[in-house]
Parts: sequence; C-alpha cells; structure tokens
Amino acid sequence: MEADAELVVRLQAGDETAFAELVERYHGPLLRLARAFVPSRAVAEEVVQDVWLGVVRGIERFEGRSSLKTWLFRIMVNRARSTGVREHRETPVDLTAAEPAVASGRFTSGGQWARPPAPWADGAEDRIEAKALVGHIAAFLGTLPEAQRRVVLMRDVEGLAPAEVCAILDITEANQRVLLHRGRSRLRCLLEAERGKS
Amino acid sequence: MLFRRRRRDLVCQLAVELITDYLEGALLPDDRARLEVHLAVCPHCAEYLAQIRATIAAAGSVDAEALAPDVRDELVGLYRRWQQG
Ligand SMILES: [Zn+2]
Repeated sequence: MEADAELVVRLQAGDETAFAELVERYHGPLLRLARAFVPSRAVAEEVVQDVWLGVVRGIERFEGRSSLKTWLFRIMVNRARSTGVREHRETPVDLTAAEPAVASGRFTSGGQWARPPAPWADGAEDRIEAKALVGHIAAFLGTLPEAQRRVVLMRDVEGLAPAEVCAILDITEANQRVLLHRGRSRLRCLLEAERGKS
Repeated sequence: MLFRRRRRDLVCQLAVELITDYLEGALLPDDRARLEVHLAVCPHCAEYLAQIRATIAAAGSVDAEALAPDVRDELVGLYRRWQQG
C-alpha cells in the first residue's frame, strides 16, 4: 500500500485518484470514530462528509507536521463538536469514580485472586481463536462508554500515539491513560464472559 | 500511593490496576520493579497481562466498515466539482 505521504503529494498536485484512494482508506475509520462523538449514524455520515469537504479545500495547508491520519481525525473531532448535537448528551467523565479493572468479587478480602482468569491460549497461537477474538472485540467496542471508546479506537484500533490522542481530544496524558485502562479492562472482561459461555 | 500498605509486596487486585500504566511506561521505576516481581511469581496476574495484550492485539485487527461504491462516487464527484471550481 502506498504511504500516506505519497498520497498527499499526489493530492496536492490535484490527482483525483489520490483522493479516491484516501477516501477508500479513511472513510470507514472516520465513520467509526465519528460514531463515538455524535448520537446517530446519520449525523456521523454528515460529519465525515464535512471532513472530506475540508480535505478538498484544505489539503494545500497540510504541512505534514502530524500524520495524515491524525490530521483527518482532528478535523473530524472538531467538526463533530461544532455540530452542537453532542452538547445535550455530553456528560462529563468522572475520572475519580471507582471503576475497577476486575470486579472486586473476584478477589479475596486480602486482594489475592479468589477466581483467577482462566487461561485463554493453550500453547501455540490458535488462528481460529484469534479470529474469533477480533470478531467479538468489533462488537464489544460499540458497547464501551463514549469517552473510553474514543481513546481505545484511536490508540488500539487505529494505532495513534498517546500524545496525538491527547492533542485531538484535548485531555491530559494521565486522563488518557485512565480512559484507556478502563476501556481495555472492560473489553477483556467482556471477552472473558464471552469465553465463559462456550 | 497504592503501595503504602505494604512496601514490598503487591497484591493482585492492585497489580491489575497498574497494567495500563505499566504497558504505557508510566510507572515510577520502583513501582515498575515491584510489579515485575509480582508478575514473575503470580501466574494469574501474568495470565491477566497476557489477556490484556491479546485484547490490544485483537483490537488492532478490527477492520472498519468497507466503503460503499455510491459513497465513494459521491465524494469523488465532490472533489471533481471543487477542482473544476
Ligand atoms: Zn497476582
């Protein structure tokens, strides 16, 4: 796959196929992330459409100081926030509220495991197993509280660096880690419960 | 702060709360060392860490929804109109 930087050069030269390639690459990820900011799919689609309009108009101003992906996500988040639709639903994240990584009932009063996690992998990596895991995660991501979902999507799904995520969301590194911790912990718990069913 | 109760030992319930800071390289050296000692002697917390790592790896393999051809055509049309000004 062609590097983003090369696509940008072609796009800045007015190459339509570069734009088509960019849309192919990032429309899905942008839409997925937008859903963690706005209340409906329809609004998310409008926001992403707006992002592409911004790209068409603003690609000349892209200087490559951030990655293209980060630039696109930042535009998306700004557009999503300016729709105003969010304001009614946005609830502040309580970072001090206790949300244990693992339910306290799993531990003894002394803090040792009473019901430890059952091993997931038996020896060699099982490819079918790994595929099932990905399928479940895809579904569980949508159940995460929005603040956690935003961070997990950008960090673990899209592979952005912590500093990039902090800049896009305008949050501190410490808060970013709390949200990441809660999101990852929740996903693991959901996967564990899913495995317990079979 | 988490270690004030026991200076040397780390209980499992606290260990699992440190996993993200550990993976992010955000623990102080002493705390990191204590967690690593715990992980070396506690198979359950070691398994927990392995599961968190598997969770992260699986998240990195989740594909986004494929682009519908009509959406692509619409967006390329938008680009074309802008180019033609
Ligand atoms: Zn332990």
